[in-house]
Amino acid sequence: MKVSLFITCLVDQFFPEVGMSVVSLLRRLGAEVDFPPDQTCCGQPAFNSGFSSEARDLAKRFIAIFENSEYVVAPSGSCTSMVRVFYPELFRDDPDWHERAESLASRTYEFTEFVVNVLGVEDVGAAYHGKVALHQSCHLLRELNVRTEPQRLLRSVKGIELVELERAEACCGFGGLFSIKYPHISGGILQDKLDSIEKSGAAVVVASDVGCLMHIAGGLSRQSAAATTMHIAELLAKQK
Amino acid sequence: MHVNSESFIQDSTVAVQNKTLQTRLRVLTGFTVKRNLLFAELPDGEALRDRAREIKEETIGNLDSYLTQLEENVVRLGGTVHWARTGNEARAIVLELARKNNVQRVVKAKSMVTEEIELNEALEQAGIEAVETDLGEYIVQLAHEKPSHILAPAVHKSKGDISELFADKLGVANLKEAEEMTVVARKRLREKFLTADMGVTGANFGVAETGTIVLVENEGNIRLSTSLPRIHVALMGIEKLVPSLDDLAVFLKILARSASGQKMSSYVSLITGARRAGEADGAGEFHLIILDNGRTRILADEEMRESLYCLRCGACLNVCPVYQKIGGHAYGSVYSGPIGSIITPAFAGLEKSKDLPFASTLCGACREICPVRIDIPRILLKLRSDWAEGKHDNAGPPLLEKVAIKLWAFAMRHRIIYNLVFRMPAFLQGPLLEDGKLKRLPFTLGGWTQNRDFPALARRSFRSMWSDEK
Repeated sequence: MKVSLFITCLVDQFFPEVGMSVVSLLRRLGAEVDFPPDQTCCGQPAFNSGFSSEARDLAKRFIAIFENSEYVVAPSGSCTSMVRVFYPELFRDDPDWHERAESLASRTYEFTEFVVNVLGVEDVGAAYHGKVALHQSCHLLRELNVRTEPQRLLRSVKGIELVELERAEACCGFGGLFSIKYPHISGGILQDKLDSIEKSGAAVVVASDVGCLMHIAGGLSRQSAAATTMHIAELLAKQK
Repeated sequence: MHVNSESFIQDSTVAVQNKTLQTRLRVLTGFTVKRNLLFAELPDGEALRDRAREIKEETIGNLDSYLTQLEENVVRLGGTVHWARTGNEARAIVLELARKNNVQRVVKAKSMVTEEIELNEALEQAGIEAVETDLGEYIVQLAHEKPSHILAPAVHKSKGDISELFADKLGVANLKEAEEMTVVARKRLREKFLTADMGVTGANFGVAETGTIVLVENEGNIRLSTSLPRIHVALMGIEKLVPSLDDLAVFLKILARSASGQKMSSYVSLITGARRAGEADGAGEFHLIILDNGRTRILADEEMRESLYCLRCGACLNVCPVYQKIGGHAYGSVYSGPIGSIITPAFAGLEKSKDLPFASTLCGACREICPVRIDIPRILLKLRSDWAEGKHDNAGPPLLEKVAIKLWAFAMRHRIIYNLVFRMPAFLQGPLLEDGKLKRLPFTLGGWTQNRDFPALARRSFRSMWSDEK
């Protein structure tokens, strides 16, 4: 099985260790991994800002780079939903590109759903000792409808103590450029998330999106909170 | 429709810092908890939502014939139907009815459409007393404010606020408990009901097949407004139709569950025509004003159309992370929250409400809870695109933003430039880091570091690690 990594800009440039964890996990589970080096950004920031024609240009570029891949896997629910849900919508009025977008969409997966639903694995052989809380990221939940896969993977981790976050399915307030344009609202929403993390007693918060994680981490460190963040792939890559 | 959304940034900033408001807004999650429990135990809950959406699709898709059918039936039952293209026309119709019938006092049921057209202001200007009779609306009216929530208009007010308000406006001091305040309000309102000449209500539904207007409430004030005064005037947006009573049953099962977490509201009134000879109660005259006020424009836009399916239940407000932080007033429109962020621009123009579609994380909680599954995030994206592409009233984003996005998109089309865009700052960031984080970012990015640290760029990118490994 051949998997092309869609690494996402944030992982590529800010959190490469998340990408390395994904690579080692996928290899451990028997996949052959490649990284198309021409990839850049999927265009989501432009799309979410309303600049559809710029987003369309980047989508075409992305489709051309990945369309010969057997599977495309990304460590992000948000970037995956851009490709899987929004690319076909962007080409609603362009039958040729729409077909190419649909075809790529049908082979594009977020990392945890790929492991559970395509590879059929829940126990990846990970071990981790500590109190861990899962933050459910919005696009993974409500655009891709991936609801239980991250928990199922975490439950199989040896030694883990999973704690519930109150309102685990509530947004952390990131929202891409929203976080910069409306920092007061974004920060206000984040505060509720930080409070629920503190209440849960978790030492580590995991999520499937580094976007949410960098937002939560930014709040935790600004307030000198004890908890830290980790991408779910990093936790699942840990072995004892 | 009057909107005041241009000061959204300032107003929402004040709201986020308002501790009382923050405490009050937390109350709303209680509605969601009850709503979720009720839907979980309703065996066909999800199917009912699908069915409700289908009925709305069918009705909105054939609105012309259903509206004609409703009109014929209302007239057959002795009522009068008035058509209003705009809020102005609707107000003029009510004023003319009041003048003709020598109306001095109007009792008002809670109704979003009368808020939309600012009927109270028009009545007051004409020297007619208009009294809101829903407790929340009564409080908001006494305070000379606008409702801050579709369902719970005074949710922003604490018990203490209301006690002070009653002392100030009604001269009854030292009220402590909600029950005491309710007794005071009820007594005042009872006098108004008994002496009012006209009752004005909205309409939750209009049933085309029977000519019935349906009103859903918990306090009984709407039923009094429709039965005690001589004249009942109901205002209804053109989108409020359902074809038949069977269809109505579907909506009644999901409306109260979604709105207030109740299986059924305390009162559901079905008004079918004016009082007929030999009947003991009901208004002698019944008028139905059917209002467009921008709705046909929404109807004509395929991507916007489903916003007309809205039942005004308020469930999307209760789950919205943004509404939960800023409350309703910051939106500057009587329609606040997620649904307000899509219909306010449609009613009043995007140039007057440009922040509303952007002030969302697109988390999708609104779509998930909406009883008729309106795809609010998709419509927000459509409005953002209309704005960016200057489709709306020749307004659009500032040149600087356009240039920035175009430059960024250019960079992203070339992997070498893409890499440089990140690697150059990665090379230069060293002196700015504190504990490995950026505590202060320049320009617009500074919004982030107001209240959060920003991660440092990695010393090496993933792509460079990957090529080394190979």
